[in-house]
Amino acid sequence: MSKIHKTLFEKIWEAHVVYEQKDQPSILYVDLHMIHEVTSPQAFEGLRLAKRKVRRPDLTIAVADHSIPTWIGRDSISDPIAKQQVETLSENCEEFGVQLYDMYHKNQGIVHVIGPDLGLTQPGKIIVCGDSHTSTNGAFGSFAMGIGTSEVEHVLATQTLRQFKPKTMNIHIKGSLPNGVTAKDLILGIIKNIGISGAVGHAIEYTGEAITNLSMEGRMTVCNMSIEAGGRAGMIAPDMKTIKYLEGKAFSPKGKDFEKAKNSWLNLKTDEDAVYDKKIIINSENFEPFVTWGTNPGMVAPITGKIPNPENSTDADEKISIEKALEYMGLKPDTKIEDIKIDRVFIGSCTNSRIEDLESAAKIVENKKVNSNVNAMVVPGSTLVKSIAEKKGLDKIFKDAGFEWREAGCSMCLGMNPDILQPQERCASTSNRNFEGRQGKGGRTHLVSPEMAAAAAIAGHFIDTREI
Amino acid sequence: MKAINKHTGKTVPLDRVNIDTDQIIPKQFLKRIERTGYGKYLFYDWRFNQDGSLNIEFILNKDKYKNASILLTGENFGSGSSREHAPWALNDYGFQIIIAPSFADIFYNNCFQNGILPIKLSKEKVKKLIGKSEKINDFTLNIDLESQRIWDTEEEISEYFEIEKFRKHCLQNGLDDIGLTLEKEKEIKIFESNRSNIGGIVKNN
Ligand code: SF4
Repeated sequence: MSKIHKTLFEKIWEAHVVYEQKDQPSILYVDLHMIHEVTSPQAFEGLRLAKRKVRRPDLTIAVADHSIPTWIGRDSISDPIAKQQVETLSENCEEFGVQLYDMYHKNQGIVHVIGPDLGLTQPGKIIVCGDSHTSTNGAFGSFAMGIGTSEVEHVLATQTLRQFKPKTMNIHIKGSLPNGVTAKDLILGIIKNIGISGAVGHAIEYTGEAITNLSMEGRMTVCNMSIEAGGRAGMIAPDMKTIKYLEGKAFSPKGKDFEKAKNSWLNLKTDEDAVYDKKIIINSENFEPFVTWGTNPGMVAPITGKIPNPENSTDADEKISIEKALEYMGLKPDTKIEDIKIDRVFIGSCTNSRIEDLESAAKIVENKKVNSNVNAMVVPGSTLVKSIAEKKGLDKIFKDAGFEWREAGCSMCLGMNPDILQPQERCASTSNRNFEGRQGKGGRTHLVSPEMAAAAAIAGHFIDTREI
Repeated sequence: MKAINKHTGKTVPLDRVNIDTDQIIPKQFLKRIERTGYGKYLFYDWRFNQDGSLNIEFILNKDKYKNASILLTGENFGSGSSREHAPWALNDYGFQIIIAPSFADIFYNNCFQNGILPIKLSKEKVKKLIGKSEKINDFTLNIDLESQRIWDTEEEISEYFEIEKFRKHCLQNGLDDIGLTLEKEKEIKIFESNRSNIGGIVKNN
């Protein structure tokens, strides 16, 4: 039965139901399926064994991003297993007729960066990818979610996905963001508030002035980390910013078609009287630049704050988690965040590697030098972002300051390529996960905004970007 | 997919909350293109020391818990990355059942695609099972999917668990989702023809 007043999510869901039956997951049509080398080989193998085809190669796009090197001029992959994985992707795309952007292609980049880059990501679509940060695309008012490899195979074979309907959740941000507080800080603050399983089972819609005031790229940063709060997806209703961003993009509709699409996109929003299953109101007026101190993205402290003391914790499980996290991170309770020294800086990943991210980091490092104890690198999110940045001279600013400037890819976000932390190395990273070993076995990750990472690279320890 | 109906097996308690898929199977093992053979990499950074030797402190390595097939663990198990390598590794290592107060969405879903039964019980109940598993040698549980019950050999514990009807049906019959969906080929075609605007979007450039 369909309701009269619907949320954005419900509208998209209903428009995509191919088949539904009580107590069964619905069969939903998928408008765009993106694949990459890590989670697809077993899916293609499954198709081959069952003698199935890719149903809609024209709605499928593949890119190499996770396992590829990012050194400038990359022309080979030294790790034989990674090489085989990337070659397998090429062979599968060839065999099944899927468009591939390999590491030499001008459209190559991190899978969640190129969808928006190329205008493939559009409001109202259902977008899936065998990767949890697919939620990034929700910034355009689409329902975008990560799936497992069996589901990748399912989508390849049927262009549909079986899904139990998630619940809806509204995260409403009250007030505006204080000066010097970024989209990254906003989402870290949200996760700090609701916890890393706060949105499990829910599709989140973000609303409020602090959200609508964000640029499209900022909105992508927020939606990207929805999964870090456990959310099935994150989304923001399209508005004129969305339209402007999409206008003229490679795969956006053109001319009259764009005008038509524009009108339907602008109508895509939650009805005034619609009810969400859950509503959370968060006041962002006291948000600061945030830094994670532990081993999950909910372990967050403000830059003016301190490392928590497990002794102050009343919950036994929480106390143990804090102790274990501090032991892994090599940190002492009550240490000031500003006193944490770092060895590495990584500016990149699908959370913060778009042009605005690089611009705001460049502003901070311009005419300065990276601290002599720090190794710092910038990895643009896509080859397109890289070339725009180079036209603007950002590469020069970074290189002059002592940063390494790289080709596009996932790189040190998860270190499936040669870019990894050594045991006990401490990194200020603009990525999205600070799990144990994520950036290299024994490596210690602190998640921050691009501005905070850039400032830490110069100072050699965390500092408050509002005071620069 | 292998069907599951009844299972009897030894338990092992991994008493931590928020265990993410980066811990279940670290990224260095995601470069393989096979679906099998991940068991030896399960919890790799916890099971092995820096020099590659066995970490005898880690619970899975204790003799007492050798050959356990039921994992007892904390809240929000399987958070983080969508990698299906996580259930592949758990299954390949020998786990058929995972009992926790809660699971992350994608991981939970992935389990059913791979013949693993994830069971949600309240935090108190899981704590009780963990306590028993720590105390008693070879603490064994019986699971019956049909009646949705778990009990121990002495029948001191007997619990009912929830599971969606459809997922239960698929597990019991080892059904393949793709086959089921393809039975709805007609509906997919009708949907496609009603939405003339889908198509050609990624090739027209
Ligand atoms: S940048 Fe990191 S989080 Fe994003 S897709 Fe790549 S590995 Fe995943």
